[in-house]
Amino acid sequence: MPGPDRETDLTERIEAFLSDLKRGGSGTGPLRGSAETARETTSLLRRITAHARWSSAEDLMEIFRKEGRRMTAAQPSETTVGNMIRRVLKIVREEYARSRGSSEEADQQESLHKLLTSGGLCDDNFKLHFATLKANVIEAINELLTELEGTTDNIAMQALEHIHSNEVIMTIGRSRTVEAFLKDAARKRKFHVIVAECAPFCQGHKMATSLSEAGIETTVIADAAIFAVMSRVNKVIIGTQTVLANGGLRALNGTHTLALAAKHHSTPLIVCAPMFKLSPQFPNEEDTFHKFVSPHEVLPFTEGEILSKVNVHCPVFDYVPPDLITLFISNIGGHAPSYIYRLMSELYHPEDHEL
Amino acid sequence: MADSGETDGLGPKDGIQQAKTDGKELTKDEKQRLRKEKKQQKKGKEKKDDKASNESEKEKKPVVSSAPPASSVPSTQPTTQKAPPAVPALVPGPASETSALADKPAKSKAELKAERRARQEAERASKQGKKGDVVGQQAPTSKPKAVPSELQPVVKRLPEHIQLDNPDVLKKLAKKYERQQIPLRSDYGYKVSLFSHLHQYSRKAPLTQQISIPSTVIHPAIVRLGLQYSQGIVAGSNARSVALLHAFKQVIRDYTTPPNEELSRDLVNKLKPYISFLNQCRPLSASMGNAIKHIKKEISNIPSQWKEEEAKRSLLSGIDSYINEKIILAAEAVAKSAIEKISDGDVILVYGCSSLVNHILCKAFEKNRKFRVIVVDSRPRLEGREALRRLVQRGISCTYVLISAVSYILPEVSKVFLGAHALLANGYVMSRVGTSQIALVAKAFNVPVLVCCETYKFCERVQTDSFVSNELDDPDDLIVTRKGKTQLEHWQQVRSLGLLNLVYDVTPPDFVDLVITDLGMIPCTSVPVVLRVKNVDQ
Repeated sequence: MPGPDRETDLTERIEAFLSDLKRGGSGTGPLRGSAETARETTSLLRRITAHARWSSAEDLMEIFRKEGRRMTAAQPSETTVGNMIRRVLKIVREEYARSRGSSEEADQQESLHKLLTSGGLCDDNFKLHFATLKANVIEAINELLTELEGTTDNIAMQALEHIHSNEVIMTIGRSRTVEAFLKDAARKRKFHVIVAECAPFCQGHKMATSLSEAGIETTVIADAAIFAVMSRVNKVIIGTQTVLANGGLRALNGTHTLALAAKHHSTPLIVCAPMFKLSPQFPNEEDTFHKFVSPHEVLPFTEGEILSKVNVHCPVFDYVPPDLITLFISNIGGHAPSYIYRLMSELYHPEDHEL
Repeated sequence: MADSGETDGLGPKDGIQQAKTDGKELTKDEKQRLRKEKKQQKKGKEKKDDKASNESEKEKKPVVSSAPPASSVPSTQPTTQKAPPAVPALVPGPASETSALADKPAKSKAELKAERRARQEAERASKQGKKGDVVGQQAPTSKPKAVPSELQPVVKRLPEHIQLDNPDVLKKLAKKYERQQIPLRSDYGYKVSLFSHLHQYSRKAPLTQQISIPSTVIHPAIVRLGLQYSQGIVAGSNARSVALLHAFKQVIRDYTTPPNEELSRDLVNKLKPYISFLNQCRPLSASMGNAIKHIKKEISNIPSQWKEEEAKRSLLSGIDSYINEKIILAAEAVAKSAIEKISDGDVILVYGCSSLVNHILCKAFEKNRKFRVIVVDSRPRLEGREALRRLVQRGISCTYVLISAVSYILPEVSKVFLGAHALLANGYVMSRVGTSQIALVAKAFNVPVLVCCETYKFCERVQTDSFVSNELDDPDDLIVTRKGKTQLEHWQQVRSLGLLNLVYDVTPPDFVDLVITDLGMIPCTSVPVVLRVKNVDQ
């Protein structure tokens, strides 16, 4: 029978996705980049919409929330998954509202006025059934997928507006977005890139080889030399793992030091981050979101005699406060860090911030 | 002596060539002859530029008897306007002055005085005519010595090891090494353009491969020391200075004064090729430079009537007392002051392996202070592991992180103790690369930064960035293998890829809260005061 087969097929796919997420947790970075994870998540959600059994929008949203909680629990540091689920939840709300016929804007904004006058929760609980809802939602998710596929190119297209000739640009570790950004600018302009290797995983090495193969003059430096070299750098361009709701970053370890050094020399810090990295989390305490990996990367087992007497830490991420950042470049253009909270309200519904 | 050198010109020259190829050390006579010939060759080139042909005819006889200079000098005495023609006539004057005086001691004193005065005045006139604007250098020489000794208006010569992008300097260096019979070490790999003025050597090609063993020019203790430096076996400012001083003690013990020589002058000349050799193995540190200056001063202050044994004994005991005072006792003094700054419950952050900071921490632990230490380390040297071992052996509880995690760990830290390689006269601290970064992040988190440094590392140089004067280490050290894959293995083949392995960086004084020295606790900006006090004492 097609129904149960499809359902088992669906659960299999979800399980496979979850185990992939769990496996990609080592410090070298996930097995695939954030963009791929976002795409995978979205296509999986589309599949759920198509194959799962649901009758009203509320059922669908409940399924999404349940699966979403499992996915985020599998790999909490991979925030793209949670972001995509929230986007899709918002899509469902929008489509529902459009099917009902009410205008979108009235529902969106929870203004103080609305709270006072309406006096209570919104009356619809998404229980009405609409025949065209499924098709609409799937179509909207397809649009989202198209948008996701073009993010890197959209960002790279803005490169020439920000890089001039004979510049010295510094970056840290490896970011596919920044790589595409710099390669696009290198087609027309000549500039010099300094890559900090970002120990202990040294992703910077791969970035440097890839950039130099594109013909860009690259220099690899050790992390310790970031401040020493910063006085000759014109711009710092970095990627990030997550953009937090206050405009701060959760990026590779060593990025905070880089940002402080850039601030000291008044060098602009530019973050290339696509919109699916924007997460509605606020950093309430600095160590609530840290992730640690095996300390043998830092102090190997060959130092066995002292290992038992020493504490070794190997954090993967760093928090960068928003006042150190000059500009965000995303697929919808450039923004100041103070504008990020506004973008968030366009992408996610406030009730979805907690899955 | 000079005449004979001219007439049978081939004989001694052959002898010199033979001596060079044999690798034997040139005797003093041969060296002096070489020097004179080179000087005269240079003068010959200079004269070719002059229009005065009669002067050039006179000068074509390179070894001049005293008659032509004596006759030309009084004629030029009143005419200071004839400065250009006076110069070529005068230039052979000083060169052959020694030979002239040696050949004809029968000249009257008055004539000699007149000659000398005229020469000085004409030289001064010519110099003022040529270099009118460099008054700072000439003014003190022309005035009688009324300039106070403190001001020292002479601008120091730029050290050659930071002028590699100047081909003249390279040629001069090559000639100097040839004269001292030391092989020239070649640079390795692609140098980042910002640092094209510095050397970059490879550890796989040490200088000792190019000299014959046993070497008769360089003392074996120095050869061993050079190898230890270039392979990184002896590393760290204090360790290198102490090793250098011990090697020099060995050299002094094995030294015998050649006949007709004074120990005070000859020993200094013997040390010069050793220092060039060590400089090529690894550029000298500021502490080593100060130690060498001290030794040279001690040697030249030896009175000439002392016997060799006595002189040697005094030199050896002088070196011992230098090591004792400036390094060992200074460390005790610094530890005493620093222990006052460590309180119970402190979390202290240290970077890399500084012998002085380790000493302080061990002493504080012995005095039963309760604290724990966070050791920060960085690639590619990973010196922090050595510090970690030493501290853990004493029983101090330690944490270990890499420098990229320093902004994660800093909220726990109460104090930062840093070691220094040198303290510059404008208050900047020159230390291992990464120190300035730690000071920056500590400042951002409002954690006090204390630098510990002995006074013999204070240096009169000034520097504002880490580019102009630095050391480039072997770039291959940055290559790392993870799980069998090396990303940068073939970096030499990729044209646009460069690796940069810096050794030192400078920390601005506003990041440093206190400097603990053996003279007490001073702010960073008081370094020139200490230097001045030291100079006045000496």
